[in-house]
Amino acid sequence: MTKGLWRIIIGSILLAVAILFSSNDWLQLALFIISFIVVGGDVIKRAVKNIFNGQVFDENFLMSIATIGAFLIGEYPEGVAVMLFYQIGELFQSYAVGKSRKSIASLMDIRPDYANVKKGDELVRTDPDEVQIGDIIIIKPGEKIPLDCKIIEGNSMIDTSALTGESMPREVEVGSDILSGCININGVIAAEVTKEFEESTVNKILDLVENASSKKSNSEQFITKFARYYTPVVVVIAVLLAVIPPLVIGGATFSDWLYRALAFLVVSCPCALVISIPLSFFGGIGGASRRGILIKGSNYLEALAKTEIVVFDKTGTLTKGVFNVQEIHPVGISKDELLELTAYVESYSNHPVSLSLKQAYGKEIDNGRISDVEEIPGHGVIATLNGKKVMAGNIKLMKMMDISYFKGELIGTVVHAAVNNQYIGNIVIADEIKPDSAQAIKELKAANIKQTVMLTGDNKDVGLKVAEELGLDKVYAELLPADKVDKLEELLLQKTIKGKLAFVGDGINDAPVLARADIGIAMGGLGSDAAIEAADIVIMTDEPSKIATAIKISKKTLRIANQNIIFAIGIKLIVLILSAFGKTTMWAAIFADVGVTIIAVLNAFRALNVMKL
Amino acid sequence: MKKKFLLEGLDCANCAAKIEEAIKGIDGVKEATVNFMTTKLVIHGEDEMMPTIIASAKKMVKKIESDITMKMA
Repeated sequence: MTKGLWRIIIGSILLAVAILFSSNDWLQLALFIISFIVVGGDVIKRAVKNIFNGQVFDENFLMSIATIGAFLIGEYPEGVAVMLFYQIGELFQSYAVGKSRKSIASLMDIRPDYANVKKGDELVRTDPDEVQIGDIIIIKPGEKIPLDCKIIEGNSMIDTSALTGESMPREVEVGSDILSGCININGVIAAEVTKEFEESTVNKILDLVENASSKKSNSEQFITKFARYYTPVVVVIAVLLAVIPPLVIGGATFSDWLYRALAFLVVSCPCALVISIPLSFFGGIGGASRRGILIKGSNYLEALAKTEIVVFDKTGTLTKGVFNVQEIHPVGISKDELLELTAYVESYSNHPVSLSLKQAYGKEIDNGRISDVEEIPGHGVIATLNGKKVMAGNIKLMKMMDISYFKGELIGTVVHAAVNNQYIGNIVIADEIKPDSAQAIKELKAANIKQTVMLTGDNKDVGLKVAEELGLDKVYAELLPADKVDKLEELLLQKTIKGKLAFVGDGINDAPVLARADIGIAMGGLGSDAAIEAADIVIMTDEPSKIATAIKISKKTLRIANQNIIFAIGIKLIVLILSAFGKTTMWAAIFADVGVTIIAVLNAFRALNVMKL
Repeated sequence: MKKKFLLEGLDCANCAAKIEEAIKGIDGVKEATVNFMTTKLVIHGEDEMMPTIIASAKKMVKKIESDITMKMA
């Protein structure tokens, strides 16, 4: 860096001296040549080297030809100055790139450097890569949690902001699972490692963000294609410009047209575009990760801005997914018996309803008492318990089994139960709406989303109530998992050709829908591998309002990328046209090359800032 | 098999694009990406061809921009 700077300073002094020495032509020319070599020697050296390696149209070569050409037609000061400004531009550019790289590196600075592994009485500082599952590690206050682990001793507050963007510290105690990448704030904790580094959250997130650039957006693909043709086309036009007009147009001088052609060569590098478009997307993706939104590719970030329809799953997405038993209505048996029977039958299921039943029951489930468990998706469970056939599920199950059930109004998820086809009552379970769900829908509407839709396997009453409370446009209730895909297909037909449909789910049971949507968004990805695998975008926290944030980040990123495309191509085109008509100088051409690159990089840099949207 | 490398001295974005294209063309490479911002190169190739892939990728990088060196990440 400093070497380049000295070269520029010495070169410009020599240039100034040369311009002053107008009295002696030979001495002046010598000074011009010396300053040219000082300033651009390395460019020419690289150009020659690259030609031998078969790289013809590279930047160094083009700059060398342009400046040497200027010398040949007697424009000595211009030849040196163009090279000088090119070098200054490169210096600025490398400074801007360095700065962006640094802020991206600090964004990625969640990688832990070491783990304190307990070996006997000693603590050994170990590379997180070498720590094994089951090792005991000690995490001191202020240290990063190196691997995903479970606390076995001590309690503390941890800062999860690097993963979730959430500034409130979380309290953890013995038995808590803690994730790598968080920072331990105050207490000393001992923890047992539960995942190798490779599989730990922090590594997965870093991998995801770094690899996101491999899935390219349309703008990036356009730029790659554009760059491939742009340089050769401009160079060919430059050659034609230098050769044909002097032969065809009467009175045209070769040196005049050569000068115009040389300006073409200076503008022929597509650098501004090639650098700034991917940088904008990378910045947007990096910035989003700071807010707890992981985007798996530039293409998804781009698609988000075109979202027209957002489809939500209800349970676990708009509602907390934490069900609580609200009412127990037994028929012919006691409340406790009803709860026990349903909890047993549902014990094999991981559905939130089943979990809440188990929780309300509160006692250990004795697996020996239960057999022949059969789960009927979208209906319920049938099992044999102490020799009796017990079933628990929704109205559909009761209808299917032809059991007469309680038909009065109950709001919430109702689990009906029967023993040997005899109705024994129902249990009402209700779920709570997340605090920011209503806000999320409002923000989406403000972001011009045309339709917000909710799909749920739950009954109509519950579905309508939630939809009304949140202000959703449409709700489809009582859907089986397969119905959800069908409904999604229907909704996909309602968007415009360019529009996109996003589906938001919790990653459990809705993998096919996540995959079918244009953009699959999984909520609450923190610690859930399934969600991270299945979705295109993962929201690390449980907040649906982050979807609007993601859309805003996407729109901002796209705006910046488009500005850069129009600005860079526009300026280059204008300068090319002006130089073809001899209306401009090489100075403008230099600006169109490095000046535009610097401005575009600085503009792209804004994509990193996602705190103010 | 996926291998990660650092491209030291990667200063021009256009070179990054050229390197990516060139490495994608090497026999046995399924996918290659160069991330200009992190200066990382990821090569995804056939397991048994990996040594030759890496050797030709190194040559390719030198050929495109002699100031860049490819290192194991």
